Amino acid sequence: MKTTSPGRVTRATRTSHGISGAGAVVVAVLAVVPVVAGLNIVNDLTQLFILVVVGTMWNLLAGYSGLVSIGQQAFLGLGGYALLALADHNGVEPFLALALGALFCGVAALLTSLVTFRLRGGYFAVGTWVVAEVFSLITVQISTLGGGSGTALMSLSNFGPTTRLHDTYWAALVCAVAGFVGVWLLLRSRTGLTLIASRDDEQGARSLGARSGIAKRLAYGAAGLGCGAAGGLFLLSNLDIVPSSAYSVNLSAYMIFIVLIGGLGTIEGPVLGAVVFWAIQLEFASYGAYYLIGLGTLAVFMTLVFPGGIAGGLRRATRVDPFPIGYVLHQGSDRFS
Amino acid sequence: MVWVNAVLQGAMLGGLYALFACGLSLMFGVMRVVNLAHGDLSVLAAYGSVAIFDSFGWNPFVTLLVVVPGMALVGAVMQRLVLERSLRIGPLAPLLATFGLSIALENLLLQIFSPDPRILPIGSFGISSWQLTNQLSISWFALLTLGVAVVVLIGIEAFLKRTKTGQAMRATSDDPSTAELMGIDARWIYTVAAVIAMATVAVAGVFLGMRTTFTPSSGPDYLIFAFEAVVIGGIGSVRGTLVGGILLGIAQTVGAQINTADPVLAGDLFFLAVMVLRPRGLFRSSVLA
Repeated sequence: MKTTSPGRVTRATRTSHGISGAGAVVVAVLAVVPVVAGLNIVNDLTQLFILVVVGTMWNLLAGYSGLVSIGQQAFLGLGGYALLALADHNGVEPFLALALGALFCGVAALLTSLVTFRLRGGYFAVGTWVVAEVFSLITVQISTLGGGSGTALMSLSNFGPTTRLHDTYWAALVCAVAGFVGVWLLLRSRTGLTLIASRDDEQGARSLGARSGIAKRLAYGAAGLGCGAAGGLFLLSNLDIVPSSAYSVNLSAYMIFIVLIGGLGTIEGPVLGAVVFWAIQLEFASYGAYYLIGLGTLAVFMTLVFPGGIAGGLRRATRVDPFPIGYVLHQGSDRFS
Repeated sequence: MVWVNAVLQGAMLGGLYALFACGLSLMFGVMRVVNLAHGDLSVLAAYGSVAIFDSFGWNPFVTLLVVVPGMALVGAVMQRLVLERSLRIGPLAPLLATFGLSIALENLLLQIFSPDPRILPIGSFGISSWQLTNQLSISWFALLTLGVAVVVLIGIEAFLKRTKTGQAMRATSDDPSTAELMGIDARWIYTVAAVIAMATVAVAGVFLGMRTTFTPSSGPDYLIFAFEAVVIGGIGSVRGTLVGGILLGIAQTVGAQINTADPVLAGDLFFLAVMVLRPRGLFRSSVLA
């Protein structure tokens, strides 16, 4: 596209519009999958959507906000237990409980940020983990929610299995799309600019008037909300919940893995990573310890050798930014980016 | 008297936590790396001792002669292969790489040694104690652990303050590029720091194994305790780490006295309280910033 007006700023390209359009078609196709596909496929895809949600949230933190959390399982567990408490003990409709539980987790994330944001870098990472441990240890003490041995979600039992799996599928699809688009829009906004600037140079960003503290807290709250929704979805699709696995640090390992393999700090990376991780999980999860040894080793390898992940590689090879968040200045027929 | 006993036992337990914490503190102080595989590496050391005991029947104390140099070597290899590379990539990379390492190591140990809990047998020394009064007694082993922690921490502080390598390490910690201009080989300094840190991790792991049962999944718990001890004491302060470990131990044993269900929760809550009230820890940095 050639233009003569000087100093024109664009925020998208023809290619990126095309990719967004293709994405919308994929989502539309996914939305009708339950009508034609069997329940196994529906359930497997539900797991994939949950992985997309958690990967996107972790990428928002580590990739764009410079916040490496290994405690997001706090909000996954809390989201599950909030749904359980609302639906089974207070008679709230389960899918409404999913939304309320996620909101609750967003608020909880903002509150815990008052403590964890006092630490930086690696110490922040372990601090978030301590918070997750505290949530887990407190949950174990609450006997009405099943205590340490866990419990099952009863309020979905009057749904037939088909209705339950279909409704959960659509809820998970909505969460994945909302998470993806929400994070993308957030990063295109002023807050996103503040986040990225503070990630790259916090002092520099602050000295230019960027309110990085507020932006980071907002991102942390949003990630808490998204992980809370994911935790609720896990419960809706698995129907039982145990503190030791709902708050397991392995969940953080999965998030890190998804984002590293897909591409840290790219919008599309977590989706690609989630698909790869999902395929690996379907294929190899039965290998137990070997599977995790492989995952851990691959995470080290990706960090050291391919820090850009799949998305980084694709972007370098094709020179296309499929989901642009920045501003591109065109001057005359030249193009600066 | 129950409470005095709880405090006393907590202080002894804290010695073990301080021993765990000093390697973590040193690696962070010198390289700005939080080694998330710290706990798993100490469990690796404990299993190393188990393997030697199973094969040759050596006393666990004697296995230290092999395990400590072995872990020091692991530290050097890890530094050269993983940490050095990741430090060049950016501040997030060391965290991600050591977390990956932690997951792989934990499951590798699980595969080799099974999830059954193990303990390193030290015979009657493990159960004999020093009777202070009718109700108060101190286990000799716990006292020894605290003593070793004090010696290791004082040793590290003296090394950083008095030796030439230690001074170079402090300079590198403050500003690696200026230190290199002054002729310090930062790469060598980082390797020395990793070697010392892993040697202390080996001691901590073997003492843990002699004190209580452990499994391949015990690592993360001890990473968290070590981390809490460091933050409570004040990041970068060697003496603070000792005090932090002891306070954490006391918080856990006193917490267990209040609610027997969960001593760990009491320690975590104490840690969070310190973070809210004194986010820089109880001691400001004295040796390494």
